[in-house]
Amino acid sequence: MSTNSTTWSAAAGEPRALVDLIHEWVTTVDHKRLGLLYIAYALVFLIVGGIEATVLRLQLIRPHNNLVSPQVFNRMFTMHGTTMIFFVVMPMLFGFANYLIPLMIGARDMAFPRLNAFSFWVTAFGGLLLYFSLVGANGLYGAGNAPDVGWFAYAPLTSQTFSLGHSTDFWILALLVSGFGSIGTAINILATILCMRCPGMSLGKMPLFAWLYLVTAALVVLAISPLTAAQIMLLVDRYLGGHFFDTQAGGSAVIWMHFFWIFGHPEVYVLVLPAFAFASEIIPVFSRKPIFGYSVMVAATVAIGFISMSVWAHHMFTVGMGAGANTFFVLSTMAIAVPTGIKIFNWLATMWGGKIEFKTPMLFCVGFLFQFLIAGLTGIMLSCAPFDWQLGNSYFVVAHFHYVIVGGILFTTFAAMYYWFPKMTGRMYSERLGQLHFWLFLIGFHLTFDFMHIPGLLGMPRRIYTYEPGRGWDSWNLIVTVGVFFQAAAILVLFVNLLWSYSRGAHAGGDPWDAWTLEWSVPSPPPTYNFASIPTIRSRRPLWDLKHLDDPDWMYEGTR
Amino acid sequence: MRTSSYDGWYRGSARGLFVLCCSGEVFALPWQSLSPTNIFAPASKPADSIYGVSLFVLAVTGAIFAIVFSLLVYTVVRFRKKTDDRSEPPQVYGSTQVEVAWTVVPILIVVALFMATVRVIADTQKVVRPDNGLEVVAVGHQFWWEYRYPGLGIVTANELHVPVSDTGRPTPTFVTLLSADTDHSFWVPRLAGKTDLIPNHPNRMWIDPRETGLFLGQCAQYCGTQHAKMLLRVYVQTRDDFEHWVEAQKQTPRPTSVPSEGQRIFESTACINCHSVAGTAANGRFGPDLTHLMSRDTIAAGVAANTDENLRRWIRNPDTVKPGALMPAMQLNEQELDAVTAYLETLR
Amino acid sequence: MNATSIMLRQPVAEQVPSRGRVAMVSLIGAESAIFTIFVVAYIFYIGKSLSGPAPQDVLKAPVLYSICLLSSSVTIHFAGKALRQGKAAVFSRWWFATITLGAIFLFGTAREWQRLIYHEGLTISTNLFGTTYFSLVGLHAFHVIVGLLCLTLVLIFAVLGHVEPKHEYQVELLSLYWHFVDTVWVVVFTVVYIVGR
Repeated sequence: MSTNSTTWSAAAGEPRALVDLIHEWVTTVDHKRLGLLYIAYALVFLIVGGIEATVLRLQLIRPHNNLVSPQVFNRMFTMHGTTMIFFVVMPMLFGFANYLIPLMIGARDMAFPRLNAFSFWVTAFGGLLLYFSLVGANGLYGAGNAPDVGWFAYAPLTSQTFSLGHSTDFWILALLVSGFGSIGTAINILATILCMRCPGMSLGKMPLFAWLYLVTAALVVLAISPLTAAQIMLLVDRYLGGHFFDTQAGGSAVIWMHFFWIFGHPEVYVLVLPAFAFASEIIPVFSRKPIFGYSVMVAATVAIGFISMSVWAHHMFTVGMGAGANTFFVLSTMAIAVPTGIKIFNWLATMWGGKIEFKTPMLFCVGFLFQFLIAGLTGIMLSCAPFDWQLGNSYFVVAHFHYVIVGGILFTTFAAMYYWFPKMTGRMYSERLGQLHFWLFLIGFHLTFDFMHIPGLLGMPRRIYTYEPGRGWDSWNLIVTVGVFFQAAAILVLFVNLLWSYSRGAHAGGDPWDAWTLEWSVPSPPPTYNFASIPTIRSRRPLWDLKHLDDPDWMYEGTR
Repeated sequence: MRTSSYDGWYRGSARGLFVLCCSGEVFALPWQSLSPTNIFAPASKPADSIYGVSLFVLAVTGAIFAIVFSLLVYTVVRFRKKTDDRSEPPQVYGSTQVEVAWTVVPILIVVALFMATVRVIADTQKVVRPDNGLEVVAVGHQFWWEYRYPGLGIVTANELHVPVSDTGRPTPTFVTLLSADTDHSFWVPRLAGKTDLIPNHPNRMWIDPRETGLFLGQCAQYCGTQHAKMLLRVYVQTRDDFEHWVEAQKQTPRPTSVPSEGQRIFESTACINCHSVAGTAANGRFGPDLTHLMSRDTIAAGVAANTDENLRRWIRNPDTVKPGALMPAMQLNEQELDAVTAYLETLR
Repeated sequence: MNATSIMLRQPVAEQVPSRGRVAMVSLIGAESAIFTIFVVAYIFYIGKSLSGPAPQDVLKAPVLYSICLLSSSVTIHFAGKALRQGKAAVFSRWWFATITLGAIFLFGTAREWQRLIYHEGLTISTNLFGTTYFSLVGLHAFHVIVGLLCLTLVLIFAVLGHVEPKHEYQVELLSLYWHFVDTVWVVVFTVVYIVGR
């Protein structure tokens, strides 16, 4: 156990053996260390997923290109999607949750530290299992390496008939295993937030960050299980001769789609709600105002959580569900736009009348706001089923969801990295490099994903390893590919910034941003025990109260 | 065929609103010339009604974008912190009126969008085939399209011929979509939205084209290695041309008294296990029907022009044309290849 | 800046649930979601098998064994009560009864499966009914086995004299899981033996 070390850097004058250091990290149950492990893991897989994306885009830079074979391309897009969702974004978000939730609610650790460690290692193992398929999946006919069934693995393409060898099994098992890790973390988050808030912190006084993760965790608990169930069914089909998705035996391919998307849609809210959490903490601090409409934000979050469980079949508008079902899912999908829009307006109102400082975290949050607006609007276009009959399964959809995940979630994740970097490491990052990262990434993002909408509108479907010339798609694909290099450069700048600043950055105190939530009341980095004594709080911004004894929040919050 | 009178209304008002609100975002080029698969260049119902509602949706979302975007830009410019200003701005916690306003207005917008959408769903999905409508069965295969015309007794592959419809006497085509293996999707953007072909889950779609021509598309649901090369070609022809085509397709080739060398090879190698040629021993169903192979412009589901050289290359080794296609190379030598190609070229 | 406590005028007295309870309820939530999907699949495929035995032909409602399983919920409740009252021996007896009843239920399932597989020709690969039946009942049986393992562990601790009234909290959590397993059986029984036939 790491009771001896209280800070990251070795105690002055005493170099620790590497073996001891590794042992500490591997056996840690400290939420802060596990959080950092999750984030580091995610960053490594970000590079891997990014390389896969680069290969995809280089192959598509011109029609009839033959940089890679169709078989390799199909594996690339399957791995890219699966990696990014399950082994980059989810671990990244769980990492921030782990690190920050106890600090924000005045607790010393998560509710179940050992379950926490177990969840991390199981998730990590899942990722390694997925990539082991590259060497381990050679089955019959030499078929199978990495899985090539797409990240949503529609039946019956995944049956033994159409997916020879073991590549699909690696997809199934990797996600099954990491699903247990996700559920474990979600249970931890629920128990921590519901049971371990410091005195005075009622549910109505905890940071929005905690609310957003509360709803996220509830969604994980309810939504990952349908995927687990579907994957067990798929394994039964593949190995025990079952017929769940066996259309020759009267089974249904559509039922896989239902089960998958009953998981898949709440899953994207699992990805986006933490992004909202970051924005809801960072935007107020850099606007120098409290979040506008806290209760409404909470209500909107809960509404999103509920409604998100009822929209799944908007991924299936072209499947032939019948007019009644299509109509229902149009309604529920359009409905979810309302609380989501409310959130955008509330962030806008937070900035309105404020004194905005455009440090790197705020730059990324402002980018998020513009981009998430656009992503939401293209989502509304897709929610109109007839429009989706044209746009669905095309590059328009690919552009839409990358707009959400990269333009929305990744941008706020970058914001979070910069915002909490001083707290986690005790050092300030380089603001110049941070700005460079932002502008490079912004250019690359827009080159790639703005122009990606157009081939979709011009009839280009997704998951194709090449395309015909003369369809009017050529120049757009070229521009889309060019954007990749700006993004890659930006990521390089990010890594340089993180690594350089960790060892050479200026020392940051406990509260470099003059912020208001509890994590800024402890030293940077925090001691293992977090708080010398558990605080008692009285408002949503305890540090504001301490800094403005004449004008504390609790005098005004009752009115909202 | 019920036509929606709302269609024109949507299109008219939406176009105006659209141009007004999104003038900066819209390419001022004529839509048709951008691409043969442009969803904004419909040539048929139901692509028309989809186009109409899509303009309405674009107009609404464009307006929302313009407003919120401007507010965002204004906010980040107007409320920048002045350097050296260390004071905190007025701390505002919320406002019930404002929250109500921006809840009610989006709800109203959602209601409007929903109503527009429901109408087009009903128009498209609740249509009954009139008596003079053409009936086609499309079966998706890895990686080609089988077309059967049950009423006409025709079987063909990869190139769908339909008659053009005119408003006076509409002759729409109704397609039943089936699959022989895994999931596919039929997407010819200028004619209709896409509908999936799912095994054990028959679907139905219809088109009512008002222009003749060749309309392109491709499979839009990932179906395996050569999903990218499962191209669609729909020939919308005048009534007369279509009838000529039907007559030609109905002809069964007369069996020759002495089968050619190519036919002999074709029938003794495994070709006939997968392919059919009417009037001969070949009646396989796994691969495309070759009875009228030379009536088609392309081979391998639109991937290559139907020329002597391409045909030869395909038969020698399909993987050189479409790597991962399910037709195996039959290891024929050069003479055998010549003979078989010559034989196939007699199948008009 | 360190966090000094702010003096409050009135004490805060918020009732928070216990961590273990939240965790177990969440776990039950997740498990319910898995079972729901299997039940939905079962219901969806009723009557859709293309061939092979149908439920009406081969299923016999395991009433006796179900009564055993549901009674085990009663016995585990009494065990908890005994523990609260500090009666260790009584607790052990009720606990042992719970395990026995659960084991009898599993035995019944095993007998049913043996009959179906070897005498009726119904396996998981026979048809849609076979696939969905064995998966659903099997998933439930798996949860019973896991539960019995945990219960047995506690019995061993009890027999060795290590279980005390202060462990009522943990015992209660385990009972919650056991009640969940029984509730799932009520649903499965209804769907498979009543609705599906």
